[in-house]
Amino acid sequence: MNTPWHYQSAREIRDAVRSGAASATAMTEWHLDRIAEVDPLVDAFTQVWRDEALAQAAAVDEKARRGDALGPLAGVPVGLKELLCTRTGTTSCASKILKDFRSPYDGTVVKRMAAADAVFLGKVNMDEFAMGSSTERSTIKVTRNPWNLKCVPGGSSGGSAAAVSAGECAISLGSDTGGSIRQPAAMCGCVGIKPTYGRVSRYGLVAFASSLDQIGPLTRTVEDAALTLNVICGRDPLDSTSADLPAEDFTAALTGDVRGLRIGLPAEYFTDALNTEMREKVEAAVDVFRREGAEIVPVSLPHANYAIAVYYIICTAEASANLARFDGVRYGFRHPAAKSVEEMYVLTKSEGFGPEVKRRIMLGTYVLSSGYYDAYYLKAQKVRRLIKRDFDEAFEKCDVIAGPTSPIPSFEFGTKTDNPLEMYLADIYTISTNLATLPGISIPCGLTASGLPAGLQMMARPFNEAALLRAAHCHEQKSGVRLGEPPVA
Amino acid sequence: MGKITLKDVEYVAGLAQLRLTEDEKNRLVREMDDILAYMDQLNELDTDAVEPMMHAMEMTNVFRQDETGASLPREEALMNAPMHDGEYFLVPRILEGDTA
Repeated sequence: MNTPWHYQSAREIRDAVRSGAASATAMTEWHLDRIAEVDPLVDAFTQVWRDEALAQAAAVDEKARRGDALGPLAGVPVGLKELLCTRTGTTSCASKILKDFRSPYDGTVVKRMAAADAVFLGKVNMDEFAMGSSTERSTIKVTRNPWNLKCVPGGSSGGSAAAVSAGECAISLGSDTGGSIRQPAAMCGCVGIKPTYGRVSRYGLVAFASSLDQIGPLTRTVEDAALTLNVICGRDPLDSTSADLPAEDFTAALTGDVRGLRIGLPAEYFTDALNTEMREKVEAAVDVFRREGAEIVPVSLPHANYAIAVYYIICTAEASANLARFDGVRYGFRHPAAKSVEEMYVLTKSEGFGPEVKRRIMLGTYVLSSGYYDAYYLKAQKVRRLIKRDFDEAFEKCDVIAGPTSPIPSFEFGTKTDNPLEMYLADIYTISTNLATLPGISIPCGLTASGLPAGLQMMARPFNEAALLRAAHCHEQKSGVRLGEPPVA
Repeated sequence: MGKITLKDVEYVAGLAQLRLTEDEKNRLVREMDDILAYMDQLNELDTDAVEPMMHAMEMTNVFRQDETGASLPREEALMNAPMHDGEYFLVPRILEGDTA
């Protein structure tokens, strides 16, 4: 074995555990050691479940000893974002208001990953309630980018991306409301998929914006992302918006072949707003597809520039409704000084939520308030329809739309926190995918001169994750782009 | 001078059940004004004939059999409550005066 286990893929670890070449316990111990070694630098993990992980691994090894068939993620070390409900540990959403919250149940994705014999190493950091693009909004700790410890890991699933990038786990689950899987994946050099709205059950995902949220995997290889989708996708009676579709083997899309695939390039995604180096990397990736026989076609998304305005109306409106439940009655923080029910609500929320969460609750409340509903919320819903139509029309000419994931590479801490609008603008390329309910992927497509990863984003028609995986896998196999291990290794 | 005033911020904070410091209020006047001005670019578009996209999936009601399943045991439902008496969630007194 040339590569240490912490840079082996989930598939390689799974195969080793299934064949008996390694035990799940050994894989778990290896990764716990790796966390002990690098997490003091990266700070991706908010909770490490040493005893529970070793018990889960022992159960997998016991299954193997009995000769039982092992699941598709046997012994694979996994990190879970702080907003996924787990009976183990706490589910804090990186917020003071849920600091000690212990979920009485496991979310559906957690159950499915456990049933696939994956091993949970613990929870990973995020922006409070997934509201942020740099993980600087966590109330727990500061997570650093393994490629440059002075820089942010992206967000909101920054802990998920940093942990996978630094080899602390092979797979992490994140959530994506406007780019929160794809953008940190791009900034940390990982693969990240936001599945189609409805692909993955949201039961046990603490809600931010219910018409936009999806759970998805962050991994180091495209194959690992496909393997994880195989496990987490599918109808769940506990989430009525989960789609009732036949189970799909996503690894079947990994042919390495893009001949005949039509890849659309939207002119609106290649403007001056795009950093020159990022543009070069994305164009190089497109050249790989062209060379491998894909058909590159120009497409247009005329309403692309309105996406941020639409997104920050809809997501704040939905958030203001969803977060109203944190009132100090049934769970979470309650302000000790409250003398009346009214005061309990007000003091609890005012003390329990951080500044970005309050800002979004305020914006959401404003756009839903009497007199402004039509001007903002209803208007945004109408433009959301126009954005979706743009994609419907573009997908008549192509199968996949390609472009940058983020207009900029990772940035240094504190450089964007003072201007919320500037931080929001960094989501320009990722949010349309959520508004139009499409699947999207980010894959690494090179390093900038200063050694920071660049991400290529691709989108497809609803429920056509297979096309994304096919193109992504081809790029991974044929481009020659190998980021290698981050300097923190 | 923008469209959001201190009074607006205080009114919305009341609706949102938030108590803000003077600093927070002043900051929010500025930030909400910036952000809402940015959102006003949507007014460039004529959307009179556009049907609003109210749902992520255009689905009708999802029905299931009305069968009783297992539900969360009471002690687990209460285990995160800041105050409870073993049966109910407890909150500060709602009605004024002594209860007879």
